[in-house]
Amino acid sequence: MTRIGVVVFPGSNCDRDTLHAVELAGAEAVELWHESPTLDGVAGVILPGGFAYGDYLRAGVIARFSPVMRAVADFAANGGLVLGICNGFQVLAEAGLVPGALLRNRDLRFLGREVRIVAERTDTPFTSGLDRGRPMRLPIAHGEGCYFADDATLDTLERDGQVLFRYATAEGEAAAEGDRISNPNGSLRAIAGVLNATGNVAGLMPHPERASEAILGSRDGFGIVRSFVGAAAKRAAAPVLVGGGA
Amino acid sequence: MTIAEVVTVNPAPTDVALHRSLGLTDDELTAIVERLGRSPNDLELAMFSVMWSEHCSYKSSKPLLRTLPTGGDGVVAGPGENAGVVSIGDGLAVAFKIESHNHPSAVEPYQGAATGVGGILRDIFTMGARPIAVLDALRFGDPSEARTRLLVDGVVRGVGGYGNCVGVPTVGGELVFDPSYAGNPLVNVMAIGLLEERHLTRAAAPGPGNLAVLFGSTTGRDGIGGASVLASATFGDDDPSKRPSVQVGDPFAEKLLIEASLELIEGGLVEGLQDLGAGGITCATSETADRAGTGIRIELEAIPRREPGMAPFEVLISESQERMLAIVREERLAAVAAVCERWALPWAVIGRVTDDGDITVVDAEGRELARIPAPALTSDAIVHERLAAPPQRRRAAPAPGVPNTVQDGLPERGMDPGAVLLALLGSSNLASRRPVFEQYDSTVQVNTVTGPGQGAAVLRVKGTSKALVAATDANAGVGGFDPWLGAAMSVAEATRNVSLTGARPLGVTNCLNFGDPTRPEAFWQLQEAVRGLGDACRALGLPVTGGNVSLYNESPSGTILPTPEIGVVGLLDDVSRLVRPAFAADGDTILLVGEAGPGLAGSDYAALAGTAAGDGPPAIDLAREAGLQRFLRDAAERGLLGSAQDVSGGGLAVALAECAIWGGRGARVRVPVSASPAADLFGESPSRVVVTSRPRHAPALALLARQHGLPVETLGVVGGARLFAELVGAGATGAAEERGAGVADAIDVAVKDLAHAWEHGLGRALGWTGQA
Repeated sequence: MTRIGVVVFPGSNCDRDTLHAVELAGAEAVELWHESPTLDGVAGVILPGGFAYGDYLRAGVIARFSPVMRAVADFAANGGLVLGICNGFQVLAEAGLVPGALLRNRDLRFLGREVRIVAERTDTPFTSGLDRGRPMRLPIAHGEGCYFADDATLDTLERDGQVLFRYATAEGEAAAEGDRISNPNGSLRAIAGVLNATGNVAGLMPHPERASEAILGSRDGFGIVRSFVGAAAKRAAAPVLVGGGA
Repeated sequence: MTIAEVVTVNPAPTDVALHRSLGLTDDELTAIVERLGRSPNDLELAMFSVMWSEHCSYKSSKPLLRTLPTGGDGVVAGPGENAGVVSIGDGLAVAFKIESHNHPSAVEPYQGAATGVGGILRDIFTMGARPIAVLDALRFGDPSEARTRLLVDGVVRGVGGYGNCVGVPTVGGELVFDPSYAGNPLVNVMAIGLLEERHLTRAAAPGPGNLAVLFGSTTGRDGIGGASVLASATFGDDDPSKRPSVQVGDPFAEKLLIEASLELIEGGLVEGLQDLGAGGITCATSETADRAGTGIRIELEAIPRREPGMAPFEVLISESQERMLAIVREERLAAVAAVCERWALPWAVIGRVTDDGDITVVDAEGRELARIPAPALTSDAIVHERLAAPPQRRRAAPAPGVPNTVQDGLPERGMDPGAVLLALLGSSNLASRRPVFEQYDSTVQVNTVTGPGQGAAVLRVKGTSKALVAATDANAGVGGFDPWLGAAMSVAEATRNVSLTGARPLGVTNCLNFGDPTRPEAFWQLQEAVRGLGDACRALGLPVTGGNVSLYNESPSGTILPTPEIGVVGLLDDVSRLVRPAFAADGDTILLVGEAGPGLAGSDYAALAGTAAGDGPPAIDLAREAGLQRFLRDAAERGLLGSAQDVSGGGLAVALAECAIWGGRGARVRVPVSASPAADLFGESPSRVVVTSRPRHAPALALLARQHGLPVETLGVVGGARLFAELVGAGATGAAEERGAGVADAIDVAVKDLAHAWEHGLGRALGWTGQA
């Protein structure tokens, strides 16, 4: 069985939810304690949501210095699959493992609601099971989810296909500038998730693990979890090295 | 004892006796001397002052609370424990409790509300339960006032700031505005936890020789006298001197505390566990010792401090947050320490359980600074028999079954019922709460089947087919006229909201928010409300499993409406049979079960349009309410229901509008009007529900209602983009023609217009513009 690691920082609060969703996807879910210097041989790593170390200073800023993050960085540099969800995305951005930064939401308030996102690419390890352009309903729950990068970086991301998810309308159109309903946190270019340059590390603000069962109102997020688990299983069977790393 | 020179309590004005400056009366001092057999020293007096505060001792309410029904099927822990616990089968149990944090929130809204959440969560995980949900019931003054807006903003941020960070979803609650809360907002927070019954943990200190281990945050000067100063006295005008009495919350520390506490319990490492809330170390040690019939010897110097130079009394009554007291066998200390250290929580052995029954405080040299029998601080604390007297002028409910006589209402007032409906939907008390609850995380823990905004909250229980259903309610509008009735209606509505889903209510927790109990009229309100609470719970066959009393809710602008906040948790055996309030399918038949009674006083319609002089609130027939709730569960069980919604705030018209807005589909109905269109359309007489079913099931549904002794009326059919409600019968007077206006005796409004009014009302009332 494919083993997927879920990092537990003090203050992580979606770790159990993420372990649950990974198990639903048929993988063995393994807790990775923040003080652990190794990843226990897992095939993929998820950084879950929460408030790592309380996030009193700035989301993710302390977590990036934890021992487990050194191991995660090494793992990513060697082509390992890493997915950051919500606070996990913030930690990845702080650690420089994905481009950009997450600023406070435009209205300066925490936002817990359902949004729609569309996958810009369906040829990545995180999105291979998704339908391109189909709007997916996922919850967001964050105070610092406004995606920001400078124009040059944003242009590069667009050109290189590193924009993975965008906030979208009910019809599946990417949220237009100023569409505060579809893109409530004010993310630039409606970016909800990004890839690193080598395509093996991704982060997104919405919570796929909370939209993985019909009883919870949406299964749209389960495609992301399953894509990730499936890709990790393949890599465990036949490891690949991605260039540009260590 | 030579304690006087060691112990000094903060210098009060020298002309005031110390006990009075600590909030104790002369009679209470006498009672303390009787229990000690000598005069207390200053430190002991400070300990008594927090423990004999209204907040900790229930000294005014205890005789009333004893009258409540507390036993019942499956009750594992009832009042007197940190939270009520009821079995739900499969070896699982649910723990729940509601508590107030009114006065801290009035002084410092963010921290007051945040620590309110933190405190009630600790009550839950202290029992061995993982907190799975929070519901917050909030009441404020006029939303157009700047002070109210500041309080709402701070309280909502505080609830969210704490709950979001600890990872417990906020799934429901209430937000109500009434001028009586202007100087004294209410912040009541209910928490629910899930546990394996075998992990149920008691807050007791058994076994002389066992160690008292304090873990979590260190002890500082915050929250000194929170229980005695803040919670147990009436507010004067803005009083900055009380600010240090408000505790400061650290949700990150709480999150660690939850994980560490549950790990200790699951590992069988503790003999007893108690959180530190009001009264701090004094309260935690005396309550745990008293429950076990033991004593605890506290070594003062062993208590880790946040700052140097703290006086002994400050250490012992500090309400610093995020602390726990564990009773640990000596041989298990190393294992306990390892868990604490893994979660980076400071810990210290601060004392030992003794067999002398006393709470003893010793200093570094072993000198006794205080020695008080534990019961004197807790179970044997003073109880006051307060005077109760009804107000001189009262408007009571008519007896059940009295025919409609009130002739005020729509036609006479020349109102268009559609316009009234839109005004009600957009009013600050009925409009959508989305702008508030979107600031909360309602979906973390992946259990939320129904979150805030559409009736009771529904949480699935992982690994089973079951769901827990929870609601809070308080009918303060009616309670202002008749506190018995207000309490009975609060219980009826909260339990009805749970029964609407098909669930069976398991028990009731309550937070009684009232005025100064030394005023006979305020105490009468409390007495009547407790009687109403007990009567309603007995009629519905439900135990009261716990709760909290908040008195002295008064300010220079007056006293609050009597507000018995009721929290209910129910069990749905099969979540696939969940019934929701939204209209489910075009063509469904709409039935009204129950019938309208007279009385508009206390309703949202009355707040908008006023009532005829002499009109009273509607009556309640508790036997009928019980029958209605049994009908709802039977109908859900048989799969007859497409949707179910009760008639409450805003009456039948608002109930229909909500079903339409949430379902995204209209309806065409005929509303029988007996005497007063206002009472039939907008009245809030209880024990009525709007239910729908497939047309072929409608006869069976109506028959089932009659079998439960309930009147039933076919209203119409679901479908279309408009809500069309025609008034028919003797009361539909043809007033439209009399007025000669283009206003018909009918409601005819597009669902999208209903939705617009409902969605934007609260943001407009609070001046929260520019939000998506």
